[in-house]
Amino acid sequence: MAPDPHVIGSTRFEERVLPHLDAAYNLARWLTRDDTDAQDVVQEAMLRAFRYFNSFHGGDARIWLLAIVRNTYYSLRTKTPPDSMHEAFDDDVHTITDDQPTPEARALLALDVGSLQMALENLPHPLREAIVLRELEECSYKEIAAITGQKIGTVMSRLARARERLKAELTRHSTEARRHDVQ
Amino acid sequence: MMCNDARLLLHAYIDDELDAAQSVAITRHMQGCASCAAQYANYTQLHKALTQPSLYRRAPNALREQWSTAKPAIASPVRVATSRRAPIAFAMAAGFAAAMLLATSLWVYTSSPRSSDTNQLINDAVSSHIRSMQPQHLMDVVSTDQHTVKPWFDGKLDFAPRVKDLASEGFPLVGGRLDALDGHSVAALIYKRRLHVINLYQWPVSSSASPPDTTLWRGYAVIRWTSRDMRYVAVSDVNESELQQFVLAFQDDAATPPMR
Repeated sequence: MAPDPHVIGSTRFEERVLPHLDAAYNLARWLTRDDTDAQDVVQEAMLRAFRYFNSFHGGDARIWLLAIVRNTYYSLRTKTPPDSMHEAFDDDVHTITDDQPTPEARALLALDVGSLQMALENLPHPLREAIVLRELEECSYKEIAAITGQKIGTVMSRLARARERLKAELTRHSTEARRHDVQ
Repeated sequence: MMCNDARLLLHAYIDDELDAAQSVAITRHMQGCASCAAQYANYTQLHKALTQPSLYRRAPNALREQWSTAKPAIASPVRVATSRRAPIAFAMAAGFAAAMLLATSLWVYTSSPRSSDTNQLINDAVSSHIRSMQPQHLMDVVSTDQHTVKPWFDGKLDFAPRVKDLASEGFPLVGGRLDALDGHSVAALIYKRRLHVINLYQWPVSSSASPPDTTLWRGYAVIRWTSRDMRYVAVSDVNESELQQFVLAFQDDAATPPMR
């Protein structure tokens, strides 16, 4: 029987792209912060991936898929009412907020899952996507740059800012928790 | 090295993104700078904490099953005995079709396997719908007025599409564009349902009238029908009953003489 290009195409799609469904969902879930929205984004992204699979010429399918998930998220997001839309991010405004170096700057951080999750979800999107790709997906700077279409220098400074924000937030939480304990 | 440089580079150091010379420079700096060393300890702690498995959100099983049990039915029609998944896909398709037939008797549902021409058309229609959702692709003419949209197609197509505003039924017309489907130039009318978009494609055919035929594919509903020498395909991500409502409204409206 002559090989059917559709079957070959979809078999390769299954082999190359489907194993990264968890990665796609993880990114979508952290971007949307909502189970249903995340499923919608992944559904749409997988459809796009399936449609454009013939334009995927080798390389890392996970990175390719994550870039589609990210683009899908932002394109769907622009269609939602503009109340939460304009979360513009200015790298110059969001400068490093870290406190000045002090010798005893070893902070006590609240590192339980609940606090980490809340702190991550409170990050602005550009910082959140960078830190999720780095820490949860374990992408290299180069891979994050490929997914987000940014320069490696931008990736590096956004990661630094993301961690500084997380640290500030988690320190505050742990301080509040301790203050609460005392009362 | 200054503390300001170290503050940025220590993240790249944690991420193992520095070359040997930079790594040496930052370790040297931290040996002599308690503050940066403390920062480094904080961020390492954070870096490790973020590897907790419960922070990683795995795809729900429903989503996984949807994408892994059966190949997209459109692109690869179910074939017997050539694929080890075929029996499962068949069973699912049969169960799905049965459920659909139970749910309604008014609407004709396509049961698998479909002809590859039909699959291709649905496939193209859904993919055209998806493409139309990309920024700047949705509309060539933006108007909620059917008297603006209809003349816009004049001279661009060799037929006059039927254009109806269904705002009173909850499907406002928002515009139109030219598209290609199944090897034809087609008129695409864009309607809204709340925040959802409905694309209605139409082109002339010589075949006889056929009742609406609903197909669901990957979360999109596709309804095809032929009426008065015109082939129609409606695609949307609204649920199927709403799309059926839309089709009924359009047909009802189209039964009256179309304005010219």
